[in-house]
Amino acid sequence: MIDRRSLIAALPLLGAAPARAAGPAPCVATRGTGDLGVVIERATGSILIVETTGRSVLARVEGLGDLSHASLCVSRDERYAYVFGRDGGLTKVDLLEARIDKRIVQGGNSIGGAISDDGALVAVSNYEPGGVRVFDAQTLALVADVPAVGPGGLPSKTVGLVDIPGRAFVYALYDAGEIWRLELPKGREPRVTRLAGVGKLPYDANVTADGRHYFAGLFGEDGVAHVDLWKEPLAAARVLEGYGKGEAPLPVYKMPHYEGWGSTQNRLFLPAIGRDELIVIDLDTLKEAGRVKTWGQPVFAVARPDGRHVWVNYAHPKNGVVEVVDALSLEIVRRIEPGPAVLHLEFTPRGHEVWVSARDADAVVVYDTRTFAEVARLPARKPSGIFFTARAHMIGK
Amino acid sequence: MLASLLLTSAASQAARADVDRARLADLVRQDCGSCHGLTLKGGLGRPLTAEALAHFPVETVRDIILDGLPGTPMPPWRPLLSVEEASAIADMLKRGDTK
Ligand code: HEC
Repeated sequence: MIDRRSLIAALPLLGAAPARAAGPAPCVATRGTGDLGVVIERATGSILIVETTGRSVLARVEGLGDLSHASLCVSRDERYAYVFGRDGGLTKVDLLEARIDKRIVQGGNSIGGAISDDGALVAVSNYEPGGVRVFDAQTLALVADVPAVGPGGLPSKTVGLVDIPGRAFVYALYDAGEIWRLELPKGREPRVTRLAGVGKLPYDANVTADGRHYFAGLFGEDGVAHVDLWKEPLAAARVLEGYGKGEAPLPVYKMPHYEGWGSTQNRLFLPAIGRDELIVIDLDTLKEAGRVKTWGQPVFAVARPDGRHVWVNYAHPKNGVVEVVDALSLEIVRRIEPGPAVLHLEFTPRGHEVWVSARDADAVVVYDTRTFAEVARLPARKPSGIFFTARAHMIGK
Repeated sequence: MLASLLLTSAASQAARADVDRARLADLVRQDCGSCHGLTLKGGLGRPLTAEALAHFPVETVRDIILDGLPGTPMPPWRPLLSVEEASAIADMLKRGDTK
């Protein structure tokens, strides 16, 4: 039963556990999963299972396919990670036993996914053939296949897929310029609510932690699409219209991400497309509440969980720098250089530390978020996304 | 004496060309790959495999790289790449040789 790669072998800590009373040996040594996480190694199709208490790598799991741009979501019990690969792979990884539990190739080219609030359904958003597929979280059996077809039968890539309360997901149609809500009530047919004409080329989107405000970044225009998911019937509106003030945007060498956006108090910090700026939006008025001039074009702008600071990384060729923004003064309070090609960052659940991946340094660097001191540097092969298990309990993660 | 000096400089030039090529191949995989997929089989941008680009002359591919495709996220690389570098990338893509 015990897998050779299991954590029993991989975890030196457990060797020191007190001897057990007589009885059958447990398959997996007793430990919690609340301080575990996954680092994607994008070029080698592998992931690292890490723990954030001792800041160490527990195991490497291989055989997950093409992991460029990979992301994942976490089961409600924080034991399994569902990894979405570029090759359409959906891999369910057992974090305790450090092995692949199940793996399917569900599409030609996928971009991300989410897990429903009851933990029963995993939805995957696809570039090729487009649309969204929903799977049983336990078995990975197909539950629903929802092609994304816009006006005139145009098949569309889907982006910005998030879970919202009530066994439902929301996503945007890149080619068609629409936003769809997909509800999957238990024992009934799936239901789609379509919002058409939301704007040109929505490239990514996200929902606030209360599941209320869905924002989609538009590539083809100077604005952001917004849906208030608390108001029926659903409607989409354009906000931050003309934020570029008619200036020609800079060329974009890496698309910004809304995943993990800087949400603090009643404000959001959004990367402006084609500009060296973050735009701050007030969630009460849906109006601009300020701007932050940044070192380069922001890719991820992530708020520390308490919301006091927002950490930002940048697009090629300015991607060796991370900046820290004060959420009150909107000033940059720190600039850090973790190494070449910083791709992602993830805070520990209450934000005492942050893990940063520096792809071309083949390292994950851990910082104390108060002193900004580097507290650990872990070797990893071309690391990209970092995801901690606490995401299991957050809406839209 | 002179001959050996010339030889050395030719060798080091060849080595430099190699380094450049490796750097370009890396740029294609990592930085084009962020939109076109690490294996170039497509992402937000279309596939850049030799097969997918078969219908384009190599000069067209070079010009798309240099000037981008306005109105789409495909950016102009002229600020970051020389014409020679863009030609080399176009050539690599057309031959399917980006390793
Ligand atoms: C920020 C995202 C992005 C990056 C980075 C990017 N591209 Fe593109 N590229 C696109 C998109 C999107 C398209 C498709 C445009 C359209 O809709 O027709 C495209 C189209 C192309 C095309 C035309 C393909 C066709 O079949 O029409 C070529 C060639 C190309 N890109 C090469 C490159 C190369 C080489 C690089 C790296 C030096 C690169 N791209 C980097 C987004 C990107």
